[in-house]
Amino acid sequence: MSSKSVQQLDRVVIRFAGDSGDGMQLTGDRFTSETAALGNDLSTLPNFPAEIRAPQGTLPGVSSFQLHFADHDVLTPGDAPDVLVAMNPAALKANLGDLPRGATIIANTDEFTKRNLGKVGYDANPLEDGSLESWHVHPVALTSITVEALAEFDTLSRKDKERAKNMFALGLLSWMYHRPTNGTESFLRKKFGSKPDILAANLAALTAGLNYGETTEDFAVSYEIAPAKMAPGTYRNITGNLALAIGLTTAAHRAGIPLVLGSYPITPASDILHTLSGFKRYGVTTMQCEDEIAGVGAALGASFGGAIGVTTTSGPGVALKSETIGLGVSLELPLVIVDVQRGGPSTGLPTKTEQSDLLQAMFGRNGESPVPIVAPRSPADCFDAALEAVRIATTYRTPVFILSDGYLANGSEPWAVPKVAELPAMTVEFATEPNDTDADGKPVFHPFKRDEKTLARPWAVPGTSGLEHRVGGIEKANITGNISYDPDNHDLMTRLRAGKVERIAESIGDLEVDDPSGEANVLVLGWGSTYGPIAAAVRSVRNSGAKVAQAHLRHLNPFPANTGEVLRRYDRVLVPEMNMGQLALLLRAKYLVDVHSFTQVRGLPFTTVELADAIVSLLEDDAATDPTSEEVRA
Amino acid sequence: MSTDLGMPGTSPTAGTAGVPRLAEDAPKQTKKEFTSDQEVRWCPGCGDYAILAAVQGFLPDLGLKRENIVFVSGIGCSSRFPYYLDTYGMHSIHGRAPAIATGLATSRGDLSVWVVTGDGDALSIGGNHLIHALRRNVNLTILLFNNQIYGLTKGQYSPTSEVGKIAKSTPMGSVDHPFNPVSLALGAEGTFVARTMDSDRKHLTEVLRQAAEHRGTSLVEIYQNCPIFNDGAFDLIKDRTQQEARIVHLVDGEPVAVGPEGDRKVLVRTDGGGMEFVPESEVGEREVVVHDVAAPEPTQAFALSRLDTPEMTHVPMGIFRNVDRPTYDDQVRHQVEAAVGTAGGPPTDSDLDELIRGRDTWTVA
Repeated sequence: MSSKSVQQLDRVVIRFAGDSGDGMQLTGDRFTSETAALGNDLSTLPNFPAEIRAPQGTLPGVSSFQLHFADHDVLTPGDAPDVLVAMNPAALKANLGDLPRGATIIANTDEFTKRNLGKVGYDANPLEDGSLESWHVHPVALTSITVEALAEFDTLSRKDKERAKNMFALGLLSWMYHRPTNGTESFLRKKFGSKPDILAANLAALTAGLNYGETTEDFAVSYEIAPAKMAPGTYRNITGNLALAIGLTTAAHRAGIPLVLGSYPITPASDILHTLSGFKRYGVTTMQCEDEIAGVGAALGASFGGAIGVTTTSGPGVALKSETIGLGVSLELPLVIVDVQRGGPSTGLPTKTEQSDLLQAMFGRNGESPVPIVAPRSPADCFDAALEAVRIATTYRTPVFILSDGYLANGSEPWAVPKVAELPAMTVEFATEPNDTDADGKPVFHPFKRDEKTLARPWAVPGTSGLEHRVGGIEKANITGNISYDPDNHDLMTRLRAGKVERIAESIGDLEVDDPSGEANVLVLGWGSTYGPIAAAVRSVRNSGAKVAQAHLRHLNPFPANTGEVLRRYDRVLVPEMNMGQLALLLRAKYLVDVHSFTQVRGLPFTTVELADAIVSLLEDDAATDPTSEEVRA
Repeated sequence: MSTDLGMPGTSPTAGTAGVPRLAEDAPKQTKKEFTSDQEVRWCPGCGDYAILAAVQGFLPDLGLKRENIVFVSGIGCSSRFPYYLDTYGMHSIHGRAPAIATGLATSRGDLSVWVVTGDGDALSIGGNHLIHALRRNVNLTILLFNNQIYGLTKGQYSPTSEVGKIAKSTPMGSVDHPFNPVSLALGAEGTFVARTMDSDRKHLTEVLRQAAEHRGTSLVEIYQNCPIFNDGAFDLIKDRTQQEARIVHLVDGEPVAVGPEGDRKVLVRTDGGGMEFVPESEVGEREVVVHDVAAPEPTQAFALSRLDTPEMTHVPMGIFRNVDRPTYDDQVRHQVEAAVGTAGGPPTDSDLDELIRGRDTWTVA
């Protein structure tokens, strides 16, 4: 490909940053697809403002997309970029702090005008005043070279030509890292098929970027990253929100019941609504309702009718849905609530990630109102989490929370796609006939006569003759379901509802611990999207010779049956969370184990380095108090 | 009172089309079959008893399979209604019944779905869901029991209470302006809007019949007396000596008129674009307002709804509007059916495999 020198790398972290309107998310997505096609393992982190178009060239308007790819398995989107593509001074200023000395900066010099520099408080041009001398800076006139490359496109305005500069940047980076661009070309053909001149301009800009890298003397080296050794299989790249939508659809298909979504748009969950609204061909019904409450209400109504009702939202929406979720607990009907968590409280940080709805999911309702909680650990794992949530909801006739978050929702990773026929079986049995006899021995249907094993009540749907019955949010008499204000009955029903949720633990398997040495004294226990950063940190600590165990919870309610035993097995347990210690609170309360809570709420995933530091610090504490352990200090 | 509502001939089953019916030769259902074994727990003298009896008596007329009828309610005295009917039922939470019923009706075209609600449930806490059900025109029949008071919470003023209502929470009288439920429903472009009264079983039953036959959201406001907290709220129009002078019976295709023979007043248009009642003998050349339930625009129906005043000088009763508009649930189901049909039928495992794989895959050997 090149007469220039080619260097082999094992991993690279690239961050594309620009104005919200610069197309950075698209550029990142395309580079990700090219990288996936090449067989690298990867992980991505889009990061964008809540405003659709903040004032141009300002710090609040900066949008970025980070991609970590490697010749080995990748667990996180990377702590710090090796390469920053800065489309304007704001993008440089907003991201420079994350950039280690020696990293590469590709800056679009055309945008470094006096006016734009002034907008973000630069008195002098950092590209010229020597302040960036610790970094490797490539000043490239991205905009004007793109416009020049498109000179022959008479029909296009200058503005249209300038708009293609992200494709030029993509071309340049594709050259630098030997990415194939045919996928992007066919993507552009599809996107701009009806606008031939725009299509031609984008293709030309892409090629110009490739050629620029090849010919300009500024870029002397290009890089190769060999494909990662991944388990055999067919792979695709997938975001968490897409995996969730496909997972819910697949679960309903496996269960043989319709999927009905009631939802109200909210960041960062809306993409699940968008995606499912396009799945009508798979029998999926979606309703964009008048508010969050109506969304969950419609879902619960559909569940009463024999569908799997699903509602998708984020934290503020869960707050509004709480009463209806409580009704679902009382009616004992299946319902899936997807909470794509974001920074809170209140409106908080709509586009940033956080894990701070755990206690809301656990306790955010009136009365004793237990709801099972399932949390995916990575974008692709959202598929499995969706299947598990539907399994629990339909088997135990209960609302179930899926706690995803902004990082999982928009982040992506390669996924070894499963075959539907090989997925766990999912069966739903509706009640079809009377299940009891009355005092006179006449067959009757009792809607709250429970399955002895699961404690689930029968699911008898309208249209089933002879099983007509009424359910409601008023306390019901055990077995008959008639209204009951009897004290003993309420005590019994409360314990039955709690007991039913506890029994789910019998179907979920033990908490598995990863401890290769078998000699670790310190356990790192996480849940949800912190899996990648925790695993990367654990790996890094082990690489330095220390021993540490890792476990990760998929089920937050109920916890796996052996959780207490696992916690007590270790001298110290570190619980990193993107909240103020919500899981730690639950573990301490339930198991009386004084876990070490390590928290941050910066709207971003943990970095590997900060987690590794936290682990090492705990290992040192442990060693300091344990005379037999010398390994850490040695 | 007259029960002839003067409706144009519509398909007798439009509202319940798609709902399984009893065989032609099957014995007619009885009121008893629709009566559950639960003890009715409303206060003695409550208007809800009469409405319950009318509904239990009317449901057999529909000829539908009982298991395909569902009553969904919210919270309030009226919302206990589903417990007393031997159909499927859900007593849900305050104000949300229309949302829950929307999900049920949309996902199950084979059900006849009814909502029972009250003035507080439908117009205060659940106002949003009510207007959106009407806007979407979901195939539901909503029975709004209006007693102009909060009963279950023991006597606070409601969003339909008259200004100045002295109640538990308003010792000096309420200051907020009430909703007129019919005006509200027409403002939300409800396709079927009617008003009737608990004590007039024949009128109530006929309105229910028309509401059930309407495909789309039917809103039926039912004046209902609360003997404990707002007794006598509708006495002026229940009193046999006064009702004829006050109740305006809306009959499709006929002039809007009120009063007994000999002292009849007819509604005419005024020069300023309004309406007023004038004695029949003084109509002269003036344009008489003729009721048209099927008028495409709800404007005249809305004007009729404004004849109603807290003094109950003139209270229109009957069907204000009854127009056809595609229903939300039919269209949602149609889109799914069309998409499934175009794709060649319900999805198979291999269709799902294709969805899971997406368009951009690579293989690791």
